[in-house]
Amino acid sequence: MSAPALPAADARSAAPRSPAPKPRKIKVAHPRAIAVFIVPFAVLFTLFYLIPIGYAIYQSLLVVERDGTFGKATQVFGGLTQYIAVFQNGPFWESIGRVLAFGVVQVPVMLGLALLFALLLDSPLLRGKRFFRLAFFVPYAVPGVIAAIMWGFLYSPNLSPFTALTSNISFLSADLVLWAIANVVTWVYVGYNMLIIYSALLAIPTEIYEAARLDGAGQFRIAWSIKIPLIMPAIVLTGIFSIIGTLQLLAEPQVFRTFSSAVTSTFTPNLMVYSTSSIPNVSLAAAFSVVLALATFVLSFSFLKFTQRKEGK
Amino acid sequence: MSALTESPAVSRASKRARNAANPAPKGPKESPLARVGAMTVMLVFTLYFLIPIWWLFIAGTKSSGQFTSTNPLWFADFNLFANIGNLVAYRDGVFLKWMLNSALYAGAGALLATLFAGMAGYALAKYRFPGRELLFNIVLGGVLVPATALALPLFLIFSQVSLTNTFWAVFLPSLVSPFGVYLTRIFAAASVPDELIEAARLDGAGEVRTFFTVSVKLMFPALVTVFLFQFVAIWNNFFLPLIMLRDETLFPVTLGLYAWNSQVNQIPELRGYVLIGALLSIIPLIILFLLLQRFWRNGLGAGSVK
Repeated sequence: MSAPALPAADARSAAPRSPAPKPRKIKVAHPRAIAVFIVPFAVLFTLFYLIPIGYAIYQSLLVVERDGTFGKATQVFGGLTQYIAVFQNGPFWESIGRVLAFGVVQVPVMLGLALLFALLLDSPLLRGKRFFRLAFFVPYAVPGVIAAIMWGFLYSPNLSPFTALTSNISFLSADLVLWAIANVVTWVYVGYNMLIIYSALLAIPTEIYEAARLDGAGQFRIAWSIKIPLIMPAIVLTGIFSIIGTLQLLAEPQVFRTFSSAVTSTFTPNLMVYSTSSIPNVSLAAAFSVVLALATFVLSFSFLKFTQRKEGK
Repeated sequence: MSALTESPAVSRASKRARNAANPAPKGPKESPLARVGAMTVMLVFTLYFLIPIWWLFIAGTKSSGQFTSTNPLWFADFNLFANIGNLVAYRDGVFLKWMLNSALYAGAGALLATLFAGMAGYALAKYRFPGRELLFNIVLGGVLVPATALALPLFLIFSQVSLTNTFWAVFLPSLVSPFGVYLTRIFAAASVPDELIEAARLDGAGEVRTFFTVSVKLMFPALVTVFLFQFVAIWNNFFLPLIMLRDETLFPVTLGLYAWNSQVNQIPELRGYVLIGALLSIIPLIILFLLLQRFWRNGLGAGSVK
C-alpha cells in the first residue's frame, strides 16, 4: 500500500459538478505574497507529478526497433502498439484479477473492522479506551516491508510461534498466499482507518443523540441509524484510499517472494511494472503504469459517485 | 450534515464537553452482556495487533541458537544488547547509516513538504486569484495519483539527467504533498479568521510575515498532521528507493532490511540481523506518534469530516 495520505474526500470540490462562476474581472490583492506562497509547491508539483505523468504517457507511445537481432536499438513512435501489447498480455490481466479479488475481500473486512472498533470506542460500553486506541494503531507505525518480513516469519512452518497452526495450514502456498498478504495489509491499516472514522464520530455533537436516547434507543440503534449515516464521508474516504492501496500492492508481495515461490514476478500489477522495466522494456512498463493509474482513478472515482448516489436517496 | 461542517475548534469543544459528561451517561442503561461482548472483541483484537510485535521483541532478545529452540513468545537468555551491538558492528555499521538515511529522507523531506504545502494551502484558502479553483482541482487529482505510478517515469527522467542512485533521487520527489495542500486549505479556511489577517495588515505586517508569525500557529494541528503523514509515507516508501538506488550506503532502512532478507538463504546469519533491525526500525515512528498525538488527532479529524 502506498502513501497513507488521506483524502480527495472533499467530494464537492473533487467532482466537476459546480462550474466556476463566470470569470469576472477581479483585481488581485497581494500578488507578490501569493506568488511566494504558491510558487514553491507549484514548481515541485510540476516537476515531480505533472512532468512524470506526461513523460509516462509519451514513453508508452514509443517502441524499440533494432537493425537485425543484435543491431543498434532505436526508439521510434509506435502509436498505441504498447497498449495493444498490454491488452493482449495475459499475466497482466491475471494480476489485475488477483488484486481485484484481493480488494473485494480485504477492503470490506478491513473497513468493517475499523468501523466496528471506532463505534465501540465511541460507545459507553468500553473501559480503557486510550489503551485500545493506541494498541490498535501501533501496527501503522510498522512499514509495509517490515510488516511483511515479520509476518513472513510468523507464517513459516519452522519459525512461527504458532507451529500447531502453520504446520497444518500452509499459509505460503499458492492457494493461500494472497490471503496471507491480505492479513498483513489488514493488520497494518485497520487502526489507521479506525482513527479516521473515530475522529469523525468525535465531531458529532452529543446533543444529536439525546432525542434518540429519550425515545429509548439503545447503543446499537443509535450507531446504526444516527452515527453511521453521519460519518459516511469518512467511510467513503477510507474506502477510496483502500482501493488505491489495493491496486498499488507492491512491497508486501515483493517481500513474500523471498518466503514463497508461489509469488511470481507477475503477481500484482505493480510487480509487473517493476519486472518489465528491469528486463528492460521501459515503454511497455510505462504503458502498464498508465493503464494502472487510469484504472485506479476510474475505480476510486466511480466508488465516490456510487456512494454519493446512495447517500442522496 | 451540518454537524460535520463545523470548525475543528468547535468539534474539539464538543469532545471535551462529552468527556465531561461521560461518567453519567443519560438514557437507557447498557446491558452487562453488551459490555462483556464489547470488551471481549477488543481484547481478542488487542492480541491480534500486539502479539506479532511482542514476538519480534522476544526474537530480538535471543541468541540465534535459542531462537528456534526456546518458546517463541517468552524470554530465554536476555541478549538484546549483544544483538544490537552485533547488528551495529556488522559491515562497518551500515545499519546505522540506513537509519540515518531514513531519518534524513523522512525528517527533512516531510518538514519541507509541510512548509510548501502549508503555504500553498493557506494561499488557496485566504486569497482570491484567477485560476485558484483550477489549481486546487489539479492538486486534488494529484491526491488520487498513487506514488508508485510516478516512480517509474521519475526513474526514466532522473536517469536522463544522471540523478539516479543519488540522495536527491529519493529526497526531491518526497517534497510534494498534494494531500497536505488539501488538508491545510480546509484547516486554514476554518481556523484562520480573516479579521485576524486584517488586523495584522493594519499593524503593518507584510503578508508573508503574517503567515509565519500568526497563521502558522493557528494552523499548527493541520501542519503537524501533514508532517507526520508525509514522514510516514517517506519512511515507508519502498518502490522509489528500490528502483532509484544501487549504492547500499544511500538506502533507507526499509530497503536495506529488504535486501538482507532476500539474502538470508545464502547468508543465514542475516536472519538475526533482519529481526533485530526490524525491531529497531519501528521504534522511531512509535515515539514520534506518541509525542505528537495530541496534535495530529485534531488535524486528522478536520480532514476526514469535511
